[in-house]
Amino acid sequence: MQTVPSRLAGRAMTLAYERRTVAENLTVAVPDHSFTIIIGPNACGKSTLLRALARLLRPTAGAVLLDGGDIQRRPTREVARVVGMLPQSSVAPDGITVADLVARGRHPHQGLLRQWSRDDERIVAGAMADTGVADLADRPVDELSGGQRQRVWIAMALAQQTPLLLLDEPTTYLDIAHQVEVLDLCARLHEEQGRTLVAVLHDLNQAARYATHLVAMRDGAVVAAGEPRQVVTAALVKEVFGLPCRVIDDPETGTPLVVPAAPRRTGNRHQPA
Amino acid sequence: MPAAPVARPAGRTGRRLAGLALSLLLLGLVAGLSVAIGAKQLSPAEVWQGLLRPDSPEYAVVHRMRLPRTLLGLVAGAALGVAGAVTQAVTRNPLGDPGLLGINAGASAAVATATAVLGMTAGDIWYALLGAAVVTVAVHAVGGGRAATPARLALAGAALNAVLYSYVSAVMLLDAASLERLRFWTVGSLADARADTVLRVLPFVVAGLLIALATARPLDALALGDDAARALGARPGLVRAAATAAITLLSGAATAACGPLVFVGLLVPHLVRALTGPDLRWLLPYCAVLAPVLLLAADVTARLLGRPGELQVGTVTAVLGGVLFLHLVQRGAGVRR
Amino acid sequence: MIVLRPPGGRSLRLRPRALAVGAALTLLAVVLGGLTLVGVDRPAPDVPAILAGGGNPADRFILLDLRLPRLATALGVGAALGLAGAVCQSLLRNPLGSPDVLGFTQGAATGALVVVVLGGGSLALGGAAVAGGLATGLLGYALVGRHGLAGHRVVLVGIGVTAILSGVNGYLLTRAPLTDAARAALWLTGSLDGRGWVNALPLLAALAVLAPAILASGRALRMIELGDHLATALGVPVGRLRPLLLAAAVALVSLAAAAAGPVSFVALTAPHLARRLTRAPGPNLLPATLLGAALLVAADLVAQHAIAGQQLPVGVVTGVIGGSHLVWLLAVGRRSGRL
Repeated sequence: MQTVPSRLAGRAMTLAYERRTVAENLTVAVPDHSFTIIIGPNACGKSTLLRALARLLRPTAGAVLLDGGDIQRRPTREVARVVGMLPQSSVAPDGITVADLVARGRHPHQGLLRQWSRDDERIVAGAMADTGVADLADRPVDELSGGQRQRVWIAMALAQQTPLLLLDEPTTYLDIAHQVEVLDLCARLHEEQGRTLVAVLHDLNQAARYATHLVAMRDGAVVAAGEPRQVVTAALVKEVFGLPCRVIDDPETGTPLVVPAAPRRTGNRHQPA
Repeated sequence: MPAAPVARPAGRTGRRLAGLALSLLLLGLVAGLSVAIGAKQLSPAEVWQGLLRPDSPEYAVVHRMRLPRTLLGLVAGAALGVAGAVTQAVTRNPLGDPGLLGINAGASAAVATATAVLGMTAGDIWYALLGAAVVTVAVHAVGGGRAATPARLALAGAALNAVLYSYVSAVMLLDAASLERLRFWTVGSLADARADTVLRVLPFVVAGLLIALATARPLDALALGDDAARALGARPGLVRAAATAAITLLSGAATAACGPLVFVGLLVPHLVRALTGPDLRWLLPYCAVLAPVLLLAADVTARLLGRPGELQVGTVTAVLGGVLFLHLVQRGAGVRR
Repeated sequence: MIVLRPPGGRSLRLRPRALAVGAALTLLAVVLGGLTLVGVDRPAPDVPAILAGGGNPADRFILLDLRLPRLATALGVGAALGLAGAVCQSLLRNPLGSPDVLGFTQGAATGALVVVVLGGGSLALGGAAVAGGLATGLLGYALVGRHGLAGHRVVLVGIGVTAILSGVNGYLLTRAPLTDAARAALWLTGSLDGRGWVNALPLLAALAVLAPAILASGRALRMIELGDHLATALGVPVGRLRPLLLAAAVALVSLAAAAAGPVSFVALTAPHLARRLTRAPGPNLLPATLLGAALLVAADLVAQHAIAGQQLPVGVVTGVIGGSHLVWLLAVGRRSGRL
């Protein structure tokens, strides 16, 4: 694993909120140009890990390394040009239009004197086109559907033009069609633009389908990391989630598909008399 | 009380009755203090003589000043405490208080209008009731009707309070004649109590208390939600109307008598609930007894703190109530959705 | 949107509507200010001539020593309140998070009243007001802190703090010497009567220093509106910036309170109206500042002339206007599902 080049990595981190320690001695690397997805049961520390990687949480021990240097020592704005982060469930300011919101992603590249360049304009238009929200440019964000809104937020993160983009549960609160839509979009960004994506996901099967690199966590520790085919096994799902299951091939993509085991019942099952 | 639940612990009713008796004793004590303490201190013996013997030197001060003031504190305190408890029950809102919701301010504004603009010289109480009724409805409309959250109601009350008090102070500043009469209308005070003030508001307070006690049971059912209440045989619309009438009568009358007193109605039901639990049939009587205890104690404190002049009781209750309010907010009372 | 690009890689983004609104508000403030100077009910003194150094002594006194400082105080107080309100609402991501709802204004009043009771000059008054405002801010911050700044809790804490402080203020009033008590009571409603340069100058000086600094951080504020995490991810040092901006806002509000008393609701209302006028998202700092100034001068004109022969304190007028606006906000906020 050490041989894979990695711009962003956490080394021997202890992650904690005020009193509660979430993870100790946690080491993880994000392979360059991968679509890394972090999975694990609730409260296993996956969102916390993502926040540490995004410099939103300072490790109490260890460090997050960006291009080999401690990310905490780098100025906020400089980090913001390399690592983008979309937190869970963001709230748009009242009445802001799609174009205005996406344009705010240009902030780390602007200054008092350099407020709005042709590049900015081009990049914002590109981000909206990539996410399919160009038609909505002048609509207020609060009028959009959940799926549209999430695409707008992703467009904003894209406009930030960072080689690394972290997404915290980008599919939460979306129905299944919109979940697939958002994940397809992420996969496309990863393939076409060669960006490194890191996402926290709840759905194991979606993670297995879209990830190029999967990190499975439990109780603040990485249990397994690697290609989905290597990571997602019946034994691992049992170990991480405590769920007995079978793993079969996804009939669509051939990626691993987790099918939870049916509870064993004694006696007859709903047999008509 | 028909069909008491089988599982009710034995002796609970007895304990509650004993507590109520103890509270009454406390009330008597505070009332005695309220008669005794003031610009001229009276000993217990002097209080006794002043109360009963017309020829004693203390008779005048006791009967002309201290007694009406104490009685007003009793009546207004009971009214505000019960009004607060009913408000909290009917809005299902731990931050409910007639003062906080602007109902007292509505009564003030109506009286100010009647006095200064329309030139009325009598019948304060009717205007106060009208103002209280209008604001009771308005604050719920602004706060979101049935869907109101505690926070929204509190905000709506704060907004209405601001508007109404600005209006009252404008009226006061513009009309020097009514300034004298309305002076205590921005901060509550018991200082101007006269015997006839107490007598004038008494019928309204009694009526309000009776309505409140009568709605206690259905209000308890309403606490479970409208659908559950209906299933239990209560009629939510009717219960709400009756409760609103009680709140209007009680806070309108109290405000007419001693100006807007904020927070008494918030404070007392919360303290009492710790003793009685949420059962309104006990909560209301306890509030009726313990709210005057608080108000009179605050009034005595105000007299002591304000020496040689006098601090208005409303400032004392505002500080006490504000602290409790913050405590409730800290516990998350306002963030329920 | 218009983008100006002078040579040298610089660029400037302008919204025509915001520009027009700004210009209109400036014009409004100037016209209202002129009206204040000329006077509505008295024969107009020849204002330009007096300002240039002419005119008879009586007119000069009325204009230079009465009306001009009053106008300067009104403009300064309005601008400070509008700007501070916009900063607070934006920082707290809460349309109701204005300094008067949060209790800062009352805290400043308490500080100032302490000086009135103990005796002290106008400098001490200003200092005590700022100290009172900051202490209230810290108290509120401590009470809210654990639960985060967004949402209703902030406002509820403000209501509680305001209630306590108004009680304390009532107590202080009874402790003040009788001659000062009447003055202090009037001051507590917020008034511009008899304001001289002594009142205006400290506030104007603070505005001259703080306003440019705050306006320069407008871009960062726009990012903070998206949430702390996102703002950090976009390169804004939120942890460092927020206390600084809050402190600046509290200082402005407190100095405004020291100059004119706790004038209510301008800080709440001006940013909302500014946003409605410009229809631009974001804190709208400059429009809010201008609108606050115009609003207060207008309210003062109303207070002076609405009822013939009577003067109202300006705080009464803003209380009625702003309170009604808050009621309206709540009613509308319910419909749109916000708040």
